[in-house]
Amino acid sequence: MKHAPKPALLADSAVIAKRTRSLAARHRKDIFFRNVCRTVASSSALVLVLLLTAILTQGLGSLNFQFLSGPPDPDPAIAGLWPAMMGSVWLVVLTLVIALPLGVAAAIILEEFQPRRVYLRRIHSFVQLNITNLAGVPSVVFGILGLTVFVSMFGIFGNGQEAGMEVGVTYFDQFYNEGDFILEVPVADQAQPVAEPVEGMTVFSYEGTAMALHLLGDDEEWPADPALAKRSLRTWDAPGRIQENSWWYFRLPFGRGVLAGALTLMLVVLPIIIIASQEALRAVPSSLRQAALGLGATPLQTVRQITLPAAVPGILTGAIIAMSRAIGEAAPLLMIAGIVFITHAPGNMMDDFTAMPLQIFNWAGRPQKEFHDLAASGIIVLLTALLIFNTVAVVLRQKLQKPLS
Amino acid sequence: MKRSSTGPAARGALKGASSRHFRKWKERGLFSLLNGAALFSVFITLAIVWVLGAETLNFFAQDEVTVGEFFGTTQWNPLLGAEKHFGIWSLVCGTFLVAGVALLVAVPLGLITAVYLSEYAHPRVRAILKPALEILAGIPTVVYGFFALTLLTPALKTLSEDFGSFNALAAGIAVGILILPIITSLSEDALKAVPQSLRDSALGLGATRFDTSFKVVFPAAMSGITSAVLLASARAIGETMIVALAAGSTPKVTADVRDEIQTMTGFMVQMALGDVSNYGVEYYSMYAVAAMLFVITLGFTLVGAYMRRRFREVYD
Repeated sequence: MKHAPKPALLADSAVIAKRTRSLAARHRKDIFFRNVCRTVASSSALVLVLLLTAILTQGLGSLNFQFLSGPPDPDPAIAGLWPAMMGSVWLVVLTLVIALPLGVAAAIILEEFQPRRVYLRRIHSFVQLNITNLAGVPSVVFGILGLTVFVSMFGIFGNGQEAGMEVGVTYFDQFYNEGDFILEVPVADQAQPVAEPVEGMTVFSYEGTAMALHLLGDDEEWPADPALAKRSLRTWDAPGRIQENSWWYFRLPFGRGVLAGALTLMLVVLPIIIIASQEALRAVPSSLRQAALGLGATPLQTVRQITLPAAVPGILTGAIIAMSRAIGEAAPLLMIAGIVFITHAPGNMMDDFTAMPLQIFNWAGRPQKEFHDLAASGIIVLLTALLIFNTVAVVLRQKLQKPLS
Repeated sequence: MKRSSTGPAARGALKGASSRHFRKWKERGLFSLLNGAALFSVFITLAIVWVLGAETLNFFAQDEVTVGEFFGTTQWNPLLGAEKHFGIWSLVCGTFLVAGVALLVAVPLGLITAVYLSEYAHPRVRAILKPALEILAGIPTVVYGFFALTLLTPALKTLSEDFGSFNALAAGIAVGILILPIITSLSEDALKAVPQSLRDSALGLGATRFDTSFKVVFPAAMSGITSAVLLASARAIGETMIVALAAGSTPKVTADVRDEIQTMTGFMVQMALGDVSNYGVEYYSMYAVAAMLFVITLGFTLVGAYMRRRFREVYD
């Protein structure tokens, strides 16, 4: 550069005045930006409208009673969402039952009992930072954690596939005879080999009545008498071992069941509940606390009788946000349960399950358009559930909120 | 706390003191329960670090893989029989490609919306826009995945033949829509935290609203906005369902958004869906990828939280 640049302040003052001080130009810029803002803002509203219309037009067609009450099926015409809906209900309820007490308790200690000693204060702020970080951990990482800790329990109880310890289960050796009858032999010890038919041994019919077994050889005629046919077997008949779980069936490790899924979702929503409850407690005016303490209540009595009741609307809102998160979360459940073909609602806490987001993922990932329609119908159901949650949250907040100061 | 250690003699002397004593112990018990709940969150973090750490060590203890290969090469195909390769960078590259597209979409749109909401918008516009953004924020990610796969990708394909059925752009745009409300609401908080007196002074000196917003308020809220972008990036990097549905499953190092790629989270989903036994190098590789993902997102969240705290201190 041969010419030295002009000092900025001494530059052509007319140009500068034109560029930076012209009121008209600056107002034009202001108005231009305002229009940009309006375009951008309406475009994000537009995205929402586009998303909802696309899903509604695609999904409403296949949203019918069959879809809501039936099991999934390889044939898209008759496939349904019922097991996934029930799975989601189980998951959300279990998750909330576990996470809400834990989260509120943690929020109380963090918000209402801030320590004064220096080293305790350090621990306090570390726990607080830790909760912020947990809120930022990708949910799929919680899924991996759940897979190791809840599903297989580090392999302490064997290989993780089979139960190492279980209660609430009965085993049967089940025969299926030529007359299309089921005969069951209770199994006392699971380690025993499957039962072999012996003449006269006690067997149970499918309805549960005890009978003496009637054994037939290869060449003997099948009895015509239905009562006899009901308790007859050929010598070479072999049973299969089946298990019947009661509703309180419990096993260790948890396996890929509802409880493992709910505990994993609990990890995901716990930071949300803690942070929301903390904010709710913080919003309670301190004059209420001071009044209670001044009347001689202990700090914990103050919390239980004054602060916590006053914070209930906020905590409930947090709980509903957590429920919304839990019902829509798919990644951690995918790590826990995978995509399995399940045609029944979960019957106990250890039962295999599928959930609405998993079923939607499964359908959306298939190439056929019919399944995409089913996924859209599933999304409508899921979004309706979310809408109901949020309406309940708004109504509860308005009903419960009263002026505090 | 110390007063509760009253000796038995003193207890006998006071009538009714034993019930008070009982109450003290009850309070102590409750108190430790509450403390336990708070420490449980620390325990979760420790469990994550321990599980991921131990299994990652297991991964590097296998014969098929070395630390040098993991961090030094770019080929990732753990399921390919004898030709297994474990170069993490192709997955990291895919992750950052999708997150980059998402940020390119969400940062300008999100910041403009935040400035609009905080500085310009009429209360009535706010009353519509805020709930709309909240609804966008509450939509499950699998829905965005469906949106990317069945709406965005076909739309992109009509624009250009080069787009694959799975591509990074559609996934990135969907992730961008997902993190848009996060950026908007966190940045709006930051902008709102700037004292009104600063705005009034600027406007009083004859600045337009635009000048006030971008020369006074925006710089004053800069650390809060940076923190918002960092937290949103962590979310974009960890996003799973959208990329599992729309981005594909071919790990490669590329900057071409029309290509099928695979992210770290996408690989983990692929492993969860496949029938892989509970041991073996490919199973442990899932933990190594998870550890990498955890470290990256933790870094973003920590820096974001640090920036946020700094910005909080400025005007308090």
